[in-house]
Amino acid sequence: MTARKEKIVLPLIAVLLGFVLGSLIVVLTGRSPLSMYAAIVKGFSGIDILNGQPINTRYIGEFIIQAMPIILTGLSFAFASRTGLFSIGAEGQLMIGSISATTVALLLQAPRAVHLPLVLLAGVLGGALWGAIPGFLKARYNVHEVVVTIMMNYIALHFNNFVILHIFGSVDRVKTAPFPTSALLKSPFLESITRYSRLNWGFIPVIIALVLFSFIINKTTFGYSLRAVGYNKEAARYAGMKVSRNIVASMAIAGAFAGLAGAVITVGTFNFGRVIQAAEGYGFDGIAVALVGGNEAMGILLAGMLFGGLKAAQPLMQSQGIPREIAGIIQASIVLFVAMKFGIKMVLDKFERKQVPTTEGDRV
Amino acid sequence: MSYIVEMLHITKDFPGIRANDDITLQIEERSIHALLGENGAGKSTLMSILFGLYQPDSGSIRIRGTEVKISDPNVATSLGIGMVHQHFKLVHNFTVTENIILGMEPRKGPVIDIRTAEQKVEEISRLYGLAVDPRAKIEDISVSMQQRVEILKMLYRDAEILIFDEPTAVLTPQEIHELMQIMKRLVEEGKTILLITHKLKEIKEVADICTVLRRGKLVSTVPVADTDEERMAEMMVGRQVSFHVEKGPAKPGDELLRIEQLDVKNLKGLLGVKNLSLTVRAGEVLGLCGIDGNGQTELVQAITGLVKIESGKIFLKDKDITDLSIKERTDLGLGHIPEDRQKHGLVLDFTLGENFIIHNYYEKPFANHGILKKKAVFENAERLIQEFDVRSGQGAMTPARAMSGGNQQKAIVAREIDRSPDVFIVVQPTRGLDVGAIEYIHKRIIEERDKSKAILLVSLELDEIMDVSDRIAVIYSGEIAGIVDAAATNENELGLMMSGALRKTRGASHLAHEAAHA
Repeated sequence: MTARKEKIVLPLIAVLLGFVLGSLIVVLTGRSPLSMYAAIVKGFSGIDILNGQPINTRYIGEFIIQAMPIILTGLSFAFASRTGLFSIGAEGQLMIGSISATTVALLLQAPRAVHLPLVLLAGVLGGALWGAIPGFLKARYNVHEVVVTIMMNYIALHFNNFVILHIFGSVDRVKTAPFPTSALLKSPFLESITRYSRLNWGFIPVIIALVLFSFIINKTTFGYSLRAVGYNKEAARYAGMKVSRNIVASMAIAGAFAGLAGAVITVGTFNFGRVIQAAEGYGFDGIAVALVGGNEAMGILLAGMLFGGLKAAQPLMQSQGIPREIAGIIQASIVLFVAMKFGIKMVLDKFERKQVPTTEGDRV
Repeated sequence: MSYIVEMLHITKDFPGIRANDDITLQIEERSIHALLGENGAGKSTLMSILFGLYQPDSGSIRIRGTEVKISDPNVATSLGIGMVHQHFKLVHNFTVTENIILGMEPRKGPVIDIRTAEQKVEEISRLYGLAVDPRAKIEDISVSMQQRVEILKMLYRDAEILIFDEPTAVLTPQEIHELMQIMKRLVEEGKTILLITHKLKEIKEVADICTVLRRGKLVSTVPVADTDEERMAEMMVGRQVSFHVEKGPAKPGDELLRIEQLDVKNLKGLLGVKNLSLTVRAGEVLGLCGIDGNGQTELVQAITGLVKIESGKIFLKDKDITDLSIKERTDLGLGHIPEDRQKHGLVLDFTLGENFIIHNYYEKPFANHGILKKKAVFENAERLIQEFDVRSGQGAMTPARAMSGGNQQKAIVAREIDRSPDVFIVVQPTRGLDVGAIEYIHKRIIEERDKSKAILLVSLELDEIMDVSDRIAVIYSGEIAGIVDAAATNENELGLMMSGALRKTRGASHLAHEAAHA
């Protein structure tokens, strides 16, 4: 198998195996896997197979809403990963992006054409700054980024809640005052064509982020130097590259993607700043998306949509009498099978070899 | 005599390259059989097939007359085949014994019986003359000791057929001699050895039979006693090879590199280079020789800007570069072929094309406004591949990792020479390379010299230093023990200086020369 073919075939097999395992568990609990698949199909398309109803576009809108933030946190993890860093900080960077966007949304008054871009930019910059800190600590003092990013997730959580409760103030101790509409990604048009789902213009920054990711990594000299540092820090240093600067830049850009996710949620899905009780899992979902997507923009887009759809299907599964946790199990087992890609490859190679036996091999 | 191993009509293809083409190899029991060939001739592939790492596309294997299918290394092990890889496969924070028993640990109830294992390891090492401390950790012992652990690993598994893949590439001359003795001892005790190498001297010293491969094809199998190094080299490369570098007299010009009273700390925090002064002039090769670990690495890293120095000055073309960054030095005209090509010279996961532009990826024609120009990168790679005869399966798109060591080194040499630096620091440029590649790289170094570049050649191979250099500086314990004319010295004199027994300044050189003749 060629390397390129492998990159496509192996994740597909992992996805397939994940669904097989999920079905088996459903069977074990005494339910029909068919109703699970019906729920999943409905989650993605709104088509209700069991009752023979046509497409309900509302479901499409809702599943895209689920996919958007985890595509962005997937890009965040993948960007750091491509440059040799293991960032678990997307969750915290997302919260800082969220509080930055909240701040600009509440404090600035401007027409939408100015206000909304500034809100998104604030999210990007907030996330970038939050990402740059572990990058700096890694580059300057060689503190491992995993430890720092995990810790900074907690700081971000409490910082977010502190700002919302004590600076902006909250009547119900849950959310801020609503944002002015000039700060929102919401679109009556998109809502109307998706039967009043929460779909909003957020997918546009997501698409831009996907294109930018691929462009920076593959096409630019900056991406070249980042990849060089990621693959072989020593060789990059010998070639005179500024390794420390690259580490900080890489972590900042990774943070920017996550920060954007925070802004998109805050002014897209919601229209107020929120108190966050505990980590919402966008960061870890992003890691899963990046792993399944092979750290490539196209893969992340597809994996993000898959996992977004599974999330959207959860309540539907529950209404079919299937535990919603099954969706989580499928997602987890897909990641597990991706991690087992060498094993899958070995089986495939054996299979291929058996199909085309050599004449000499037959004699043995 | 019967054949213990027979590999009959083996063919193996890799993408873009036929690594083995209808090769037949027959090994006599209790012999040392050398497998000779250039880098990328297919030696390692053939041995990997025997060890079960690859499957042949066609051909068959017989062990002691019985046809076998070696589907993985476990099968090879059960057939009594063991392999010492070029890059050792050891767990660094395990002890010698733990590494040896890994995968077949003797047990006492549920726990590993380390005591018995240690005794057995000690027994084997005594039998074959392989002195190692069974309780030492791998990370604390030298490379040659680690190699012994690999050998013990095979013996512990009762291997009868031992494959050595380029075992001397990582050893010093003294250690090589010891390894040869060990091999002879192993054969005396009834083992059969397959030695993969491209070092003719070693074959002449230990091997009984030699099989020569060239570009994946079998050239010939000859008894070593009936041949000589010249003829083996010719078979291997396919043409006559000169062992000596052809060069005219040096025409030294201005001092391009000047080092003044340099102090550099080593990793242990001690002074690795002490008060060292040295100059290299345009149009000359200054060879720096010394026993490994006498400050060569620290000196090179100080010149290239990889480490901070304690005191002293470094001048490049009369410009003080002491405080400049690596990049600034490179841009001023400093070139560097680093000692460790895989760790420092190449990004193995990059393609060949990407590796070629590592110094100037951001400049025209490779980039424009920060965007890489794939076409220019590709054309540059194709040009260098042609000009420097870098062999790779998929041209510019070959991942550096997929190339043989010799071709990786050629790629680095191509990249650095193509930049045409005025001062060229060349460290161990031919380690692990075959005679054809060595001849070629030496020729290119001399060509650079003749273009009035200043070259500092750092090498542990005395032959290389004496062949290529115009002047030779000997480094001992971080200090220059003497500088001599290459034409007016000999191995003996250099050896004495390298071991610290003799010190000479340049002025006294003719005196010592006379003394050597007296």
